[in-house]
Amino acid sequence: MKQLLILSGKGGTGKTTVAGAFIQLADAKAYADCDVDAPNLHLVSDWTEAPTRSDYYGLPVAQIDNERCIGCDLCRTHCRFAAITVQEAYTVHPFACEGCGVCSYVCPAAAIRMEPAVAGEHKLYAAENTVFSTAQLKMGSGNSGKLVTEVKKQMRQHAQTADLAIIDGSPGIGCPVIASVSGVDLVLIVAEPSVSGISDMERIVQTARKLGAKIAVCINKYDIHPDYSEQIARYCEKAQLPFTGRIPFDPAVVRAVNAGRSVVDIDCPAAEAIRQVFENTLPYVFA
Amino acid sequence: MKIAIPVEENTLDAKVSSSFGRAAYFLIFDTQSDEARFIDNPAINSTGGAGILSAQTVVDAGADTLLTPRLGQNAADVIQDAGMQVFQSKEGTAKENIEACCAKTLKVLEEIHEGFHGHGNRE
Amino acid sequence: MVTETGNKRIAVLSGKGGTGKTFLTVNLAAVAGPSVYIDCDVEEPNGHLFFRPDAVTDEAVTVRIPQVDPALCTGCRKCVDFCRFHALAFTKQLKIFDEVCHACGGCLLVCPQQALTETDKTIGVIQSGRTQNVSVRTGVLQTGEASGIPIIQKLLQNTDPHPQFIDCPPGSACGVMESIKDADYCLIVAEPTAFGVHNLQMVYELVRLFEKPFGVVINKVLDEDNPAERFCQKHRIPVFDRIPLDTKIGKLHSDGRIAAYVSDAVRARFATLWEKIQKEVQSEATAHS
Repeated sequence: MKQLLILSGKGGTGKTTVAGAFIQLADAKAYADCDVDAPNLHLVSDWTEAPTRSDYYGLPVAQIDNERCIGCDLCRTHCRFAAITVQEAYTVHPFACEGCGVCSYVCPAAAIRMEPAVAGEHKLYAAENTVFSTAQLKMGSGNSGKLVTEVKKQMRQHAQTADLAIIDGSPGIGCPVIASVSGVDLVLIVAEPSVSGISDMERIVQTARKLGAKIAVCINKYDIHPDYSEQIARYCEKAQLPFTGRIPFDPAVVRAVNAGRSVVDIDCPAAEAIRQVFENTLPYVFA
Repeated sequence: MKIAIPVEENTLDAKVSSSFGRAAYFLIFDTQSDEARFIDNPAINSTGGAGILSAQTVVDAGADTLLTPRLGQNAADVIQDAGMQVFQSKEGTAKENIEACCAKTLKVLEEIHEGFHGHGNRE
Repeated sequence: MVTETGNKRIAVLSGKGGTGKTFLTVNLAAVAGPSVYIDCDVEEPNGHLFFRPDAVTDEAVTVRIPQVDPALCTGCRKCVDFCRFHALAFTKQLKIFDEVCHACGGCLLVCPQQALTETDKTIGVIQSGRTQNVSVRTGVLQTGEASGIPIIQKLLQNTDPHPQFIDCPPGSACGVMESIKDADYCLIVAEPTAFGVHNLQMVYELVRLFEKPFGVVINKVLDEDNPAERFCQKHRIPVFDRIPLDTKIGKLHSDGRIAAYVSDAVRARFATLWEKIQKEVQSEATAHS
């Protein structure tokens, strides 16, 4: 099964819109939403069946037993993440705690234990021979990389006859993006023709390259700034990155998405362009 | 030889796992005594550094040879440092791979894939 | 409440990416000058592209990574067993895996031979400069690094007495939390789309969890009746402004220009917004004093 991952660097360039459209066009039997912090793909996916839900455990969180605590302050001074504070009693801030276990180790009164902590929820939609894997990270959590890995693993495990999987990624270049890139056959970057968009695109290209991924680039809302769109096309040529097309800005897209529909269900310029980008991108996935 | 193979079930007829770091078990097979034992992989649910922990597990089990479909940079560092040989496993069961290894028909694993910063695995 | 030094720290966040955080933060900082613009979106910082600050100085941000003295190491493996991130392995010698290490310092503590010490590893940089009356501080994470939290923490160690505008990363995970932790006020930028509202929900819960006073600006409005408007009505969230989708302003912004410096209408709009926010921060301070 080949995997196509859609990234952008910058947020809001249209990853999910493009992913949703590709899923329709490919009649994909396996797809996943790896933007576990702010997942949106399910909003344009048509599922009537309820998903199988499972808790996702990140690293454990330290818990202080105040009955045993002798107030020596060793835990607070050793914590590198400023996760322990004291007012009347010593408290661990669960969001700041990285689960390293140092406080538990240094406590002379055995007052600190590392407790398993639910850091999110995984949802698997499966029916007939189609699978959709998605997850929601609990607000403020770290460990998104592991949850992303889990989302992809579940998709692969339950994908039966699928030959192509479409994965919607997250913005940025950090932990969840790095985890999503592993093992995919092509990263398609949806670029935005703006000063910010170009800067962000270059950073995600750099990151994907460091991870040894195959990359292709397309532009969304290209007509809001044709000059920058040209700049991006030239950048791709110079960097020897396949350039798979341009999608125009189209208010019909927002209205389609708001109605929970995929843009390719509607007859509009953006839909036509996305179809073309899809056709141009596919050969690179299977190359 | 003491051969290590990542597998999803604890039988010799189990298929070789497609992932090293997240395999359910490691089969350790001693070709001299024909003894097989299965170790639970402690890295299966780890949040990061799965390859490193899996590699440490296999090294600690005394294996001198690893058969695996693929290996990440970090795990490879540990395995190679320990002086183990690594061969690319073929499609099939653990048993078939052991036989192939003894018959010297397996290729040395050459392609070590980029590290995924402790967050990914390749399946 | 207003912090001791009289600082007003306004964090601008959104949940969904691309809603206009940088557009709002940059223009607010511009009209509220003298002010400080702090870019906490260290993975993809953009504010500096608009301000183009002068006299930029760089400050490296480092994390402490362990290193081993092989002469002292006996191979007892206490460090390997302790590390929950599996950043250590022992074969014929101790191996340390930098990129998996969380710099907790635990291995140093458990080593009975004191064979482990720490060294600095650079993960990024903070760039500081000025444009007109705005002090610009930008955090930049090195590509390939997994987390920019230490950079965000350092960025916010800022005692500048002028109003500080924090451009947050998208989402509601650890980077955002770190960015809003010490803010006096949170301004949520919402997109009037189904995607936008779904993420607005998350960030709304986050600001309430952190007990931060907050308000919303709905950006790129096409239709008056939109999911974000309905959400705010339902939850009785104050909406300070509804900025219409405007291709002229959009073009200025995509050109990397600060719209408030170019257009009087935009300047006036943001000046009004800043007044509203100041009033809110003031009334919060009074309510809590």
